[in-house]
Amino acid sequence: MLKVSQPIKKILVPLISILLGFLVGAIVMLIFSYSPIQAYTSMFQGALGSMSGIGETLRQATPLIFTALGFSVAYSAGFFNIGMSGQALAGWVASVWVALAYPNLPTYLLLPLAIIVGALAGGLIGAIPGVLRAFFGTSEVIVTIMLNYVVLYTSTYLLQNVMPKSFRSSTDSTQTISAHASLRMGWLQNIFGGSRINAGLFLAVIAIIIFWIMMKKTTLGFEIRSVGMNPFASEYAGMSSKKTIILSMVISGVLSGLGGVVEGLGTYQNFFTQTSSLSIGFDGMSVALLGGGSALGILLASLLFSILKIGGLGMQTGAGVPFEIVNIVIAAIIFFVAIDYVIGLLFKQKKATGTNTGAKPEQVIHQPKGGSEI
Amino acid sequence: MTKSEYVVEMRKITKDFGGFKANDQVDLKVKPGEIHALLGENGAGKSTLMNILSGLLEPTSGEILLNGEPVKIDSPTAANRLGIGMVHQHFMLVDAFTVTENIILGNEPSHLGVIDRKKATKEIKELSDKYGLAVDPNAKVRDISVGMQQRAEILKTLYRGANILIFDEPTAVLTPQEIEELIGIMKSLVAEGKSIILITHKLDEIRHAADRCTVIRRGKSIDTVEVKGTTSEELAEMMVGHSVTFKIPKDPAKIGAPILNVKGLKVNESRGLPAVKGIDFTVHGGEILGIAGIDGNGQTELIEALTGLRKVAAGSVVIQGKDVTNAPVRKITETGVAHVPEDRQKYGLVLQMSLSENLALQTYYQKPMSRHGILNYHEMRKEALRLIREYDIRTTNEQLKAGELSGGNQQKAIVARELDRNADLIIVSQPTRGLDVGAIEYIHRQLIDQRDQGKAVLLVSFELDEIMNLSDRIIVLHDGKIAGEVHPETTTEQELGLLMAGSSVQAAAQEVK
Ligand SMILES: Nc1ncnc2c1ncn2[C@@H]1O[C@H](COP(=O)(O)OP(=O)(O)OP(=O)(O)O)[C@@H](O)[C@H]1O
Ligand SMILES: [Mg+2]
Repeated sequence: MLKVSQPIKKILVPLISILLGFLVGAIVMLIFSYSPIQAYTSMFQGALGSMSGIGETLRQATPLIFTALGFSVAYSAGFFNIGMSGQALAGWVASVWVALAYPNLPTYLLLPLAIIVGALAGGLIGAIPGVLRAFFGTSEVIVTIMLNYVVLYTSTYLLQNVMPKSFRSSTDSTQTISAHASLRMGWLQNIFGGSRINAGLFLAVIAIIIFWIMMKKTTLGFEIRSVGMNPFASEYAGMSSKKTIILSMVISGVLSGLGGVVEGLGTYQNFFTQTSSLSIGFDGMSVALLGGGSALGILLASLLFSILKIGGLGMQTGAGVPFEIVNIVIAAIIFFVAIDYVIGLLFKQKKATGTNTGAKPEQVIHQPKGGSEI
Repeated sequence: MTKSEYVVEMRKITKDFGGFKANDQVDLKVKPGEIHALLGENGAGKSTLMNILSGLLEPTSGEILLNGEPVKIDSPTAANRLGIGMVHQHFMLVDAFTVTENIILGNEPSHLGVIDRKKATKEIKELSDKYGLAVDPNAKVRDISVGMQQRAEILKTLYRGANILIFDEPTAVLTPQEIEELIGIMKSLVAEGKSIILITHKLDEIRHAADRCTVIRRGKSIDTVEVKGTTSEELAEMMVGHSVTFKIPKDPAKIGAPILNVKGLKVNESRGLPAVKGIDFTVHGGEILGIAGIDGNGQTELIEALTGLRKVAAGSVVIQGKDVTNAPVRKITETGVAHVPEDRQKYGLVLQMSLSENLALQTYYQKPMSRHGILNYHEMRKEALRLIREYDIRTTNEQLKAGELSGGNQQKAIVARELDRNADLIIVSQPTRGLDVGAIEYIHRQLIDQRDQGKAVLLVSFELDEIMNLSDRIIVLHDGKIAGEVHPETTTEQELGLLMAGSSVQAAAQEVK
């Protein structure tokens, strides 16, 4: 058994999960007779081997940071938000719409306006399951899943039937937004070899900092955590769990909406018909869980995720490994992180003799329910 | 085979929680067929020691012998196999399952992979008849009383063939009648040759039930004594290290202005049935009003309605002249109300948060704990350290999770938080449940102090002693109505008992004569 202290364990466990994920990916590749070494080399080559690769990786991480933060806020309040795809999509459509409607406004007006409207659209979609849960006790899981579809098909309808014809370049795509509404920055793109990296990255970093301050330092964060951990005691202490749940869902939706905004105003510069729910919604969930809900964890996890995604393309071109295998590697990593509890058991020995908890598995399982006096 | 004199022998058990020794070289020897009490202050390390014996915790050092043979108990399953069963203070039953299903859970008798319910029910019936453990095997756990839930827990350990039974504060949640029954059950179990380790803070229960008693103080075993020939005072002194006053002297009440006024109050319980059926009373500054009654006669609903946690169906609640009927919790709190809730783990604390955050649970949004919505952790810690010192909360540090405090210290933390707010009306429900005699004395003094400062105190307790010792006036709740109002100087426990059972004041007075 390995003996380590608590903080080191916190870092080691996800690292080992990631390594095991890569290992399983390698085994899968061997089974299908691809060379894992070649594949992983071209993967890191693709993601980090050139300035444009790094730029694309950072670009890919940007919306994931937003959706992961969004998921974490709701999750802290005890709310399982699976609707980030829809919330992000709403943000994307709304921001592009504003950008197309007022193309000639100066940047300092148009860009903030488009961003804010996009964020609010996400917040609005997020508020719906929050209100339903707070007042009617409706399961947020079902409502958010269904809302993903509602938003998905509504977006197509809006694009094809409601938007003024002049906004569209074809039946399933809008015009490109004006430079006044774009998040792209010439100098940044120049540094990163012409990749689609954009100012959304800075917004994401700011969002991480605000998220950290909000959760750790503000009374609102205190209430969100408290309601998530014990709604009864929170009511007792005079907090309104209804208000907190709705508010956390609005914040979650706003953050997810911003994830869509950076796709619209940064990555793609337009909106086009989506055939399925946005993957940044679901990937954001994985990133949040992988990052353990902490600000730094989310930053690192979003980078890892982007390396896998962008590098996965490189794997395909460089080593001929199909993208499906890349997805298996990603899935394996998430799987091992999800069972990090089991991996944590590797370090059991030290716990019994030293650090904070001497709890055995049985006890750990009971504890979250708060039912047992230990 | 040389048979040892002891069934259980724990030798020099030490349990270190990150530098803090919850158990420090503790010795415990239990004879076969005895009820062995374990006595110690809150946080002395009793639960820790028993969790080690039942395989939930691993000791840092020390050894355990069963019938003279060294054993390794590294999981509850191993403990089970060795015939050790534990009835935890907070029951571990699945609400939505029946009593039978709970008992056989993890140990289901099956026939070709199908659970043999008939056989299970029959075996449980036999066991419950044998030991007089009346349960309804087909009732859902959520529908049965706490006493019956406990009997189900006991059956669960017996069903698994336990020979050594551990009871961690089993009586804290029971009514006096149920306690009598439980002691009877324990006696019949030891008559069978089983051995019992009993944790309790109530000295007369120890004197009543136990043969021998081991005293633990701050993680160290002090002594093991024969219960016969030892007085409660001696036990208390051994446990705390100094002498303890059981009945706190108090001056006559200086009754002030009315602070809480309740008129025609009706409250429904969760299923919508009436629980409080129209009651009127007033609590004045400078007095302690005790509410006596058997659990389940509307006390919980009454307190929840007064504090804003439950809707008032009819009537009014006026505090300090302000109508707060159906007002939000925070508004009521800010009117000047402190509330020590009955269920400390559900309402009183956020167990996963730190002690310091829990101590700020009612004040986090005000200066100086926060400013413009930004928390001041420095101030929170400072306050926490002060409360820990003043109220003698035994903890390793203020950042410990509330759930890691011992049961009694969780309660002390809540009391500290509530009494420290300088509220005009103090509503306390079962304030000393699970506390050691020293801590009870301390909290009783605090409540009397508050009353002497002119605060109004509303005290709900199932402990008649507590009601009698503290109250200036007592109202008895029966079936959601006030069965009578009596004064502690002129009433007897017998009269109270009759009122609690539903007699009228006249009838009760008659019968007592
Ligand atoms: N996981 C843990 N980490 C750190 N300290 C702990 C942990 N569990 C218990 N403790 C500490 O060990 C001490 C003993 O706790 P224990 O629960 O055994 O007390 P107890 O004698 O059962 O008290 P009570 O009568 O109040 O239930 C307490 O000070 C408690 O805070
Ligand atoms: Mg205990």
